[in-house]
Amino acid sequence: MTTGLTAWDKVQIARHAHRPHTLDYIRGLFEDFVELHGDRRFGDDPAIIGGIARLNRTTVVVIGHQKGRDTRENLRRNFGMPRPEGYRKALRLFRQAEKFGFPVICFIDTPGADPSMQSEERGQAEAIAENILVMANLRVPIIATVIGEGGSGGALAIGVADRLLMLEHTTYSVASPEATAAILWHDSSKAPDAARVMRITAQDLHELGITDLIIDEPEGGAHSDLDTAVANVGAALRTTLAELLDLPLPELLAQRYQKYRSIGRVQERQLALVTRRDDPDEPPMIFP
Amino acid sequence: MKELFRRAPKRFTAADRENSQQIPDNMWVKCTACGELNYAKQLTDNLKVCKCGYHMRLSAHEWIGLLDAGTFVEEDAELAPVDVLEFVSAKDNYTQKLQETQELTGMNDALLSGRGTIGGLPLQVTVSEWNFIGGSMGSVFGERLARAAERAAARRTPLLTITATGGARQHEGVLSLMQMAKTNMALTRLAAAGQPHFALLVDPCYAGVLASYASVADVIIAEPGARIGFAGRRVIEQTIRQKLPANFQTAEFMLEHGMIDMTVARADLRSTLTRLLRLHAAAPDAAGHPSTNGASREPLPLRN
Ligand SMILES: [Zn+2]
Repeated sequence: MTTGLTAWDKVQIARHAHRPHTLDYIRGLFEDFVELHGDRRFGDDPAIIGGIARLNRTTVVVIGHQKGRDTRENLRRNFGMPRPEGYRKALRLFRQAEKFGFPVICFIDTPGADPSMQSEERGQAEAIAENILVMANLRVPIIATVIGEGGSGGALAIGVADRLLMLEHTTYSVASPEATAAILWHDSSKAPDAARVMRITAQDLHELGITDLIIDEPEGGAHSDLDTAVANVGAALRTTLAELLDLPLPELLAQRYQKYRSIGRVQERQLALVTRRDDPDEPPMIFP
Repeated sequence: MKELFRRAPKRFTAADRENSQQIPDNMWVKCTACGELNYAKQLTDNLKVCKCGYHMRLSAHEWIGLLDAGTFVEEDAELAPVDVLEFVSAKDNYTQKLQETQELTGMNDALLSGRGTIGGLPLQVTVSEWNFIGGSMGSVFGERLARAAERAAARRTPLLTITATGGARQHEGVLSLMQMAKTNMALTRLAAAGQPHFALLVDPCYAGVLASYASVADVIIAEPGARIGFAGRRVIEQTIRQKLPANFQTAEFMLEHGMIDMTVARADLRSTLTRLLRLHAAAPDAAGHPSTNGASREPLPLRN
């Protein structure tokens, strides 16, 4: 029954309000969860949940985007769109994880980072950039799981990981299909077209070598049977965590470097000399 | 001021005319900021800064003029993009767009990179080309930037990135997004080698590129008036349904909010960068080789 879904169908499923969200996974899979609040700089962002808990008898730091199920909750959670203080709360928890040697488990579920005047003033770009840099060589294992929509830099800011898992009907993209349609064609109503050409489904990302594992969803999607969805994610996380804990740290970090360093497709093509304009002996203009 | 220029501007060629980056000396150029006419020769001598102070856009190749004359050696120029997603829509065909843009700019992709010197001090440099699909970062851009950072680490030289960009390249989808992680990943090598990253943000500098390598530099410089931000102005206005203040997301706004170190006028860039490079270069050792501040670290192998 899940065959024949278009990319746009998958976007709708990934955004379904009744899908399990980060807190559902935390309640269902982790023991002794203690939620920690605040970035120690400015505030606490309800769009990102973070804390310490146990998984598989291992103490871990768990961080995730949190969406709401109704309008009131969504307004409080800013529709899962973090502000800089949300990313800086995550950053603080990454450092805490490293200090105590706790693996990091992240849940990705956001349309993107909050686009507002306040977020710009407080350095949204810097907050995302810094998290990506710190996750790049954080000295503990990191697992990221896309549980809904993975939107843009706002997702990647808690998504640089040793293993990227995606639920069967989730998406992960450079920008939301609406944003891509607006950027390329100045028409956000063309989002279904954008979803089709952008290759954003879990299956696309697996083919592109970005996703390591696709987690099965129950018949009818994760929203139709939360317990099964949560249990499937739990099984995948336990196996993956055990695998990563077996790797010596230098090997773990070297593999993470190589994983991201090798993403992308390029070819070699000599530029025809006639079209080249750069001439090292005669730069077009010299600065004083 | 003219005697300070050590070289005449590049000869104007017909090929440049299509590109409209070079202007014949006998023409007048209207400033888009103040509307005043500038005599082209004078404008070029003034590094394309209008009398009103507006910093007009430079091509990537023009930016190479910031380096000591004749020292730039381009690297990785042969890296060319691939239409991995086979991106074709009713309004857009990536393969065709690439061909047209390559013709227009004479570049394989939106990033120019290589090595050279400023004030006699060696460095790796990258410059994005706005006219190549809005200076957007796809696989080639990310790969060249990562290689530049790795080479800087291996050669123990600083890295200067000069960036004008609209963000990640939509046509390469999630592969573009992942270049944000790739570039920052490579910058961890530069940090381990104890070498600095200087970022120069020029108008405009936005989205996924600002939210990756450009924002994690050790020193961030912006040109006066450059527009810098994560979310586009239009997106924010649509979200909050009101007009934003005029200075919102300008270099001066970013300075005021603590997001950049300084704004530097184009005419002063060379002296500012020379000073920064000198401050980060350690005293030469007995053999006359420059040592580094992080001297105890092992040299890192060059990838590729
Ligand atoms: Zn002017």
